[in-house]
Amino acid sequence: MRLLIKNGTIVNNDNTQKANVLIENDKIIDIINHEDVTVDETINAEGMLIVPGLIDMHVHFRDPGYEYKDDLESGSKAAVAGGVTTCLPMANTNPLNDNRSITEAMIAKSKNIGLIDLLPIGAISKGFKGESIVEMGDMIEAGAVAFSDDGLPVTDSSVMRSALEYASSFNSFVISHSEDCCLAHRGVMNEGEISTILGLKGMPSEKEEIMVARDMLLAKLTGGHIHIAHVSSEWSLKLIALAKKEGINVTCEVAPHHFSFTDKKLLTYDTNYKMSPPLRSQRDMEAMREGLKNGLVDVIATDHAPHHSDEKFVEFEKAPFGILGLQTLVPLTLKLVEDNVISLNKMVELTSYKPAKLLKLENKGKIDKGMLADIAILDPNLEYVYDDNLNKSKSKNSPLLYEKLKGAAVYTIKNGNVVYKFPECITK
Amino acid sequence: MDIVYNKKDLIGLRELSKEEILYFLDSAQQFKDLNNSEIKKDKLLHGKTVINAFFENSTRTRVSFETAAKRLAADAINFSSSSSSVSKGETLVDTIKNMQSMKTDIFVLRHSASGAASFVANNIDASVVNAGDGANEHPTQALLDLFTIKEHKGTLEGLNVSIIGDILHSRVARSNIWAMNKLGMNVRIFGPATMIPKYSEVFNCKVCKTMEEAVEGSDVIIMMRIQLERQNESLVPSIREYSKFFGLNKERIKLSNKDAIIMHPGPINRGVEINSDVADSQRSVILDQVENGVAIRMAVLNILNQNRKG
Repeated sequence: MRLLIKNGTIVNNDNTQKANVLIENDKIIDIINHEDVTVDETINAEGMLIVPGLIDMHVHFRDPGYEYKDDLESGSKAAVAGGVTTCLPMANTNPLNDNRSITEAMIAKSKNIGLIDLLPIGAISKGFKGESIVEMGDMIEAGAVAFSDDGLPVTDSSVMRSALEYASSFNSFVISHSEDCCLAHRGVMNEGEISTILGLKGMPSEKEEIMVARDMLLAKLTGGHIHIAHVSSEWSLKLIALAKKEGINVTCEVAPHHFSFTDKKLLTYDTNYKMSPPLRSQRDMEAMREGLKNGLVDVIATDHAPHHSDEKFVEFEKAPFGILGLQTLVPLTLKLVEDNVISLNKMVELTSYKPAKLLKLENKGKIDKGMLADIAILDPNLEYVYDDNLNKSKSKNSPLLYEKLKGAAVYTIKNGNVVYKFPECITK
Repeated sequence: MDIVYNKKDLIGLRELSKEEILYFLDSAQQFKDLNNSEIKKDKLLHGKTVINAFFENSTRTRVSFETAAKRLAADAINFSSSSSSVSKGETLVDTIKNMQSMKTDIFVLRHSASGAASFVANNIDASVVNAGDGANEHPTQALLDLFTIKEHKGTLEGLNVSIIGDILHSRVARSNIWAMNKLGMNVRIFGPATMIPKYSEVFNCKVCKTMEEAVEGSDVIIMMRIQLERQNESLVPSIREYSKFFGLNKERIKLSNKDAIIMHPGPINRGVEINSDVADSQRSVILDQVENGVAIRMAVLNILNQNRKG
């Protein structure tokens, strides 16, 4: 099976070129400047961007346990509809992914679905209890790639220390959901002017920053690699900048909602804007954009967190934290490009190249000869309404659902196969 | 009187204009007169059903609303969450929609969650009066406060108002602050720093550092109830200490203007935020507030009922 993607613009982290991509089976076998090849299928990518399949280091697929929110199939479909070909699902399933059998079951189910590569994140601690670390070696053997008690921080510093040290013996790393649980316990949004107006219990950004500081100090102590999940505050980035400058092994990610929105969105008590960490101030949002621009932020990850409409259709303080992200990753990130915050090359670096590097996926993250044919073809100018027909998640908790968006994946190719086509797109 | 308020619901004063606020105050006078007449009854809401849906404890506000509805000849039904199906896992909107199906015209809603009133109002056709939602708003309390101030002072604009106590968790403080700013009153707030929002600049009022500063030159002192259970959150070390440093007593009101009035939304904790020698003094208008509350609520119910006809 040979596939030619012609007339498109190839965007890599370090270069942009107008050329054709020749794929045979699951590999990119050549980048060519002509069409003089025999192929089974051709995609005309005129006016489109050809980028390496996006790698989302932070999703929640709710499978096993909460399949009514999303399962591996709907999650995978949402991923490829968003140009994402590799996902790292968090461990807060039910049962938790804190042992090899769950990791194996997740991967087996995902392989059977066959749309994306699933690289599970294991729990740090057994039962998310924060007491004793999981069998990391065994889970890595089974296919886990990192460890996190996402949603529940490990409060005991000695457990976190052990996790960092032990993970490093397997050349793996720990992802921190940084949150001081005691400070502003039961807060429901960012503490700021908006929470003061609304009379909602706020969570100061220090709730996050305190734990970011601790975790980086533990990385300093252990030499282990800490990855800070969903950074949302200016001071978290300041602390990360300091740690990076000092040579501490720290990386971080920012979610699209944190570089796109502020807590002002909550003025109508819209539970679809409720997530943790919460939307913060204008100043914080600008710091995220600056961090993406100047290279301090390593990765864009969605924290795709589906919740059923029934769960969100309640009093604000009762609603669960979380927002869909997979299918709005491309339009929100392209908006950064349109706003001249980052270049297209930087976008590719943040959404594919750098995650591949962090995860040591040597055949991913670039459009190049010999690489795996995981490809997203993006139309940056496509305007459409993100509606129920397009939304592949089982859940609807995106404030952008039913809104007009610009920019989308029009083709997603996984291992050389077209796994998603934007509905209005016609293959030639 | 030209109608200047035509919304289905009354959720908060933050979203109201000065004219709309004054319209409610003006409308209440006729009901105050009625309440002081021989036959305390009008038929304005005859044949209408008003449900007091209280998902949080209340005595005064519920009785006040019930009295208001009954004096307007509505069928007033009380519902409180302890005896409701809420404990059986039904959602708030489902509970309200069930009661709406019984052809309810107006819901008076009290709920512990900020935003609950607008959430319900946006999802039903019946009218909603917010009788307090979390720390967000308690519009009828602020309206009755303003009515009482106007009654005693003759005017609102230019008055110095001190709101003292737990501002952070107070919906009464918020509703009053939003309204008083629109009406050109000078609001000051004071309380232990743990009970003053860090971002209180959004209130656009002066944050005082001492009780003396808060009270000096004041025309109106509104004491906020301290919720005794908040001690567990380490906001105040003890009731004793709160009273000593943040309570209102006879000595402290000497700094205020000599005709200053003392207010409190109730229920008062005697000897905590307010001493009996103040609460029972000539300056105290606390019971006037309660009286005016019925008139304000009659006005609110009547206006919303009229809006429903339109």
